[in-house]
Amino acid sequence: MSKDDFIIEAQDIHKSYRMGAAEVHVLKGVELAVRRGEFLAIVGASGSGKSTLLHILGALDRPDKGQVCYDGRKLSEMSGGELNRYRNKMVGFVFQFYHLLDELSVLENVILPAMVPAGIIRWLSVRGAVRRRGQELLEEVGLSERASHKPYQLSGGERQRAAIVRAIMNEPSVLLADEPTGNLDSATGNGILDVLERLNRAGQTIVMVTHDERVARRAGRTITLADGRIK
Amino acid sequence: MYKIKLAIRYFFRRRISYLALGAVALCVFIVVVVMTVMTGLVGDFKKKNHSFTGDCVVGTESLVGFVYYEDFVKILGATDFVEAVSPVINSFALANSEGAEGSVGLEIIGIDPVLHSRATGFAETLHYHGDDAAIAFQPDYDSNLAGCVVGVELWLNRNSKGEYFYDSSPVEAAISVTCFPLTAKGALAKAGTDVVNTKTFYLSDFSESGLARVDSSVMYLPFEDAQVLCGMGGPARRVSRLHIKFRPGVALEEGCQKVRELWAEFSDKTSSEQYAGLLAGVSVQSWKEHRREFIAAMEKEQTMMTAMFGLVGLTTVFVVFVVFYMIVSHKTKDIGTLKSVGASNCDVMGVFLGFAVLLGAVGSAVGAAAGLVFLRNINSIEGWLFERFGFQLWDRTIYAIGEIPHRMEPAMVLVVAGCAILSCVAGAALPSIRAAKARCVESLQVSQI
Repeated sequence: MSKDDFIIEAQDIHKSYRMGAAEVHVLKGVELAVRRGEFLAIVGASGSGKSTLLHILGALDRPDKGQVCYDGRKLSEMSGGELNRYRNKMVGFVFQFYHLLDELSVLENVILPAMVPAGIIRWLSVRGAVRRRGQELLEEVGLSERASHKPYQLSGGERQRAAIVRAIMNEPSVLLADEPTGNLDSATGNGILDVLERLNRAGQTIVMVTHDERVARRAGRTITLADGRIK
Repeated sequence: MYKIKLAIRYFFRRRISYLALGAVALCVFIVVVVMTVMTGLVGDFKKKNHSFTGDCVVGTESLVGFVYYEDFVKILGATDFVEAVSPVINSFALANSEGAEGSVGLEIIGIDPVLHSRATGFAETLHYHGDDAAIAFQPDYDSNLAGCVVGVELWLNRNSKGEYFYDSSPVEAAISVTCFPLTAKGALAKAGTDVVNTKTFYLSDFSESGLARVDSSVMYLPFEDAQVLCGMGGPARRVSRLHIKFRPGVALEEGCQKVRELWAEFSDKTSSEQYAGLLAGVSVQSWKEHRREFIAAMEKEQTMMTAMFGLVGLTTVFVVFVVFYMIVSHKTKDIGTLKSVGASNCDVMGVFLGFAVLLGAVGSAVGAAAGLVFLRNINSIEGWLFERFGFQLWDRTIYAIGEIPHRMEPAMVLVVAGCAILSCVAGAALPSIRAAKARCVESLQVSQI
């Protein structure tokens, strides 16, 4: 397998947190490579550092030591603006608690990643197309009727579907999902996993973090994080 | 675009922002009302002083006066920038009204009523002869008698609404005026020979200038009579001042400068004359300089009030700071979410600063609108308070104020609104920076705990 097949590579990732007087070494030299188009599940016990690793892969956090490379390029060498662009265009996040903005409608939440880089004038010229795409994506996950609703008017499953649509709005190369079913009942969680599977079948690279082995089994590959290392 | 959208949504959906809105609106309301009233009062006071003085004054503080004024009046009359010149005698006297016990000290101003009305707003202050100042010194009850115009406060009282109880025509009253004539050398001239220092005048009109000090201490006399009574007649005819009005379009300072140059030239030419020494103390002043001691006090009061209410504005900055600090604390999840979809620190700060600008703009609009409504009704509100509770902002029996000024200056409102918006931005700056600096992961984790 050539190096070009990997979209994200993590090399010797270390991360510590200070908790009061003690320092907790969460990641102790994690090595990870994510292939293009794969559905990777990272499992591990609570506190094993799964979410921390996902945040580092998505440039939401920085490792104390080690490198993350996206498409062969080191994140540590990217400027602030480039990292913002990376979070906006290259990766999409799905969080356990959805993190939809209550002040915006479902459609507005969905198109938010497309709005962020656009200035007023650019936005006025692309608004129609962006809204159409947002509406189409919502239709694909069965939320077209909920587009004008506020997030707090939606059920947990609907919110997570909206969050997934937001994450793929800018057609990112990698979808990073942090316990996407962790806050849902099993039936609703299965529905969410169906959506992720469908996306993966369409070529979307997905890295999912979960503590649930049954959920992990839906992924194409599973790796386990224990004691700060990949087992 | 999303920044504007979010700022607007935060503004309308966060009820706590209404608290900040109320603080901003209240502050703008207070400042607009106070500044309108104070600016109106000061502006009105200046206008009255300008009307009383004319544009420019050539004169001396000395009671002896200065000589050769007629020649200088001719020089001024020949210029293309002077519209009118009024020679004025100004001194002090004792007045005794017929039947009254004792005398009162007052200031006498000797004028030609027609010339003085051209150079100043004298005619407009007359109650009975405002339409024809030429007969200001002709009592209606006997036009052959020597008349005098009395400052209205010297004779009449005001009611609680600030109105004087005028009769339909001047009451017949004789007033004996005793002056202290001075020779050209400044010595007290002895009455009895060719000097007259006492004369009886008959009340012919009242002058209501709106300047409390003037209306309560000044009596206007015919020019020639005043000149004689003050010892300024005879071979070395003297006056205290020349009041000058410039032609329309002549800038005040430009006109005054020209008069200064003419005066310097004139005093040079007359330096060898017998009484040239009396010209030494003569100065040329604009009306603002001439009335400086009175205007400055009002302006200082206005500045102090503005400064005090500026300090009130600081309270608003603090309220905005607290409100934004709370909002940012409640919005950590949103901040993290925005950053996770690629928003930069500046974008996040922009959302909250946009929110602050919106808050300031809406608060200013509400405060200014409330101020407009209040100011439009301020006089009727004061009237109602007075009728109901006997309360008056300014006791009209003491202060020469008619109605409370209530005309809002759009430029002033814009400045206040601009300051309010800046205050909101200043108050929101620290919380916005805090939001911008918040680490994405921590922001998202906070809401998960």
